[in-house]
Amino acid sequence: MSASEPTTDESVAPEADPAPVLDHGVPVSHPRGQRVLHPSREELVGLVATLRDEGWLMCLDVTAVDYLAHPRTDLPESVAPERFEVVVTLISHTERQRLRLRVQVPESDPTVPTLFELHPGTEAMEREVYDLFGIAFTGHPDLTRILLPEDWHGHPLRKDHAVGSIPVQFKDAPSR
Amino acid sequence: MTTTDPNPTDAPAEPGHRALADLTDEGAQEMEPRRFAGGVEVLREVGSVLRMSEAEAGADAPEDGETTIINMGPQHPSTHGVLRLMLELDGETVLRTKPVIGYLHTGMEKTGEQLTYLQGGTNTTRMDYASPIFNELVFALAAEELLGVELPPRATWIRMLLCELNRLTSHFLFLATNGMDLGSSSMMIYGWREREEGLRILESITGLRMNHNFIRVGGTAADLPDGWQDRLSAYLDTLPARLEEYEVLMTNQPIWRDRLQGVGTISTEEALALGATGPILRSTGYAWDLRREMPYLAYDEVDFDVIVGTYGDCFDRYAIRLNEVRESIKILRQCIERMPAGDYRVQDKKVTPPPRARIDESMEALIHHFKIFTEGFKVPEGEAYVAVESPRGELGCYLVSDGSSKPYRMHIRGPSFVNLQVLPHLMHGGLIADAVAIISSVDPIMGEVDR
Repeated sequence: MSASEPTTDESVAPEADPAPVLDHGVPVSHPRGQRVLHPSREELVGLVATLRDEGWLMCLDVTAVDYLAHPRTDLPESVAPERFEVVVTLISHTERQRLRLRVQVPESDPTVPTLFELHPGTEAMEREVYDLFGIAFTGHPDLTRILLPEDWHGHPLRKDHAVGSIPVQFKDAPSR
Repeated sequence: MTTTDPNPTDAPAEPGHRALADLTDEGAQEMEPRRFAGGVEVLREVGSVLRMSEAEAGADAPEDGETTIINMGPQHPSTHGVLRLMLELDGETVLRTKPVIGYLHTGMEKTGEQLTYLQGGTNTTRMDYASPIFNELVFALAAEELLGVELPPRATWIRMLLCELNRLTSHFLFLATNGMDLGSSSMMIYGWREREEGLRILESITGLRMNHNFIRVGGTAADLPDGWQDRLSAYLDTLPARLEEYEVLMTNQPIWRDRLQGVGTISTEEALALGATGPILRSTGYAWDLRREMPYLAYDEVDFDVIVGTYGDCFDRYAIRLNEVRESIKILRQCIERMPAGDYRVQDKKVTPPPRARIDESMEALIHHFKIFTEGFKVPEGEAYVAVESPRGELGCYLVSDGSSKPYRMHIRGPSFVNLQVLPHLMHGGLIADAVAIISSVDPIMGEVDR
């Protein structure tokens, strides 16, 4: 999980000025010309509120990635990688741009403050992340499973969750 | 407890008798009897957590506190699949609504991590089964973004043609079911007639009516068949007159207007806050269409209008889709006229399998073919979010690659999934009889909601 090298992506379009290291006070990277901010969990809500006032009016997507099996090399130097990453996508209709926030979430304490107060549309998406990754959004009004049954055990999109198989009974085959 | 416990409600939340490894195995869990439900599900059933619009609902709740909670779905024919709604009613007025989803969840994002980039299209195409082309497209675009390949113009235009043809069939599906939901069963048949014609053309191009897997990473699976222009033109020629029929049958009909106008209204601010995109956002008068505002494919080279509404009601959402059909016809005609010659897929040996004829004569081509179809091609490490304007709104794909031939993480931002959150707002204060009209006007596809 160690990622000491800063991102050097060969497919990034050559830019005139070097990309700034900080944007809104948080580390920033520009993989493939997309602007990605890396706030900490504590900075997230304040940053999204500031961005909303600046015209990033809509929260398109909240999702997560479990980096258990994949040591990343695309994080800025100042960001310590953790197992989980919550990915928030915002859009500004006036600038016609999308903005991605990648928040590191440690395995030992998988919680992130909710964005529900700022963008009520994140309600279902945060529940989906909670359901499939087990990342809890503190302050969410109704953090329950949304896609899986209530009594499901485990969080299937975690990398240590087995893919599973349903036994199929064939004719003349011994049953399980 | 034992598995033979006769009283399921007494069962503790933790099973305790199965090894943890078994329990994270989805197959094993599926085979388990559903006796571990405990009180959680029961609590949800009585509606204690009906949430959206709660402040408003509390303000005009009846003083005697006599509200009724009813369930609509998941088998209700007007819920477009397996959507279940918990409705809190005061008489016939809807106070709170909670969509309950997940009945069609098949773990497609997990499946996507097991399939190579070549196979991935077969998975994503099954998400939004009314507009499969868009799902294939967004997955291919995301992978191409990571690969950094540049498509030949013909591939781009073929994709655009298929998208618009698919938008037609998807909107006809909406018009048909919207008509049926509101009691116009002749509209159901008319919409289906036009949709089937469109699907036949899609079939003649891709080989399948639905779930095409025709748009592949690096281009399309095949070139357009001979005579596609004539077939498509003949189809497009029949449509304007039929759309006029729809106007007579529905738009200009007083009963139709009464059922839809002023029903299920939403403001721009609410739509933006709730993340609603597509016709729902445009019905509020907000002209946001990714094809125009953030062009992908060759949409910046074709001429079309973005249809917007004014009142944000069910009628606007109906009218937007009806008129988007006309715009799609415009784009399709431009595709017929201006379809560039050239290759239908990128000639990048890392991504594209060799032509069939080469396999017969070249050992290397055979090996190459075999490697691509068994092992797949490797995609450079990185992550990307790409979005297209599907008939329902912004359809996004967030792809993370670890440098192997399978996506490390594949997430689809389904517009129906997010749009479904506006239902409680649209329904609030309306009549239960309008609920069907409102669900229909959101046009959710449950395959995409649950994925």
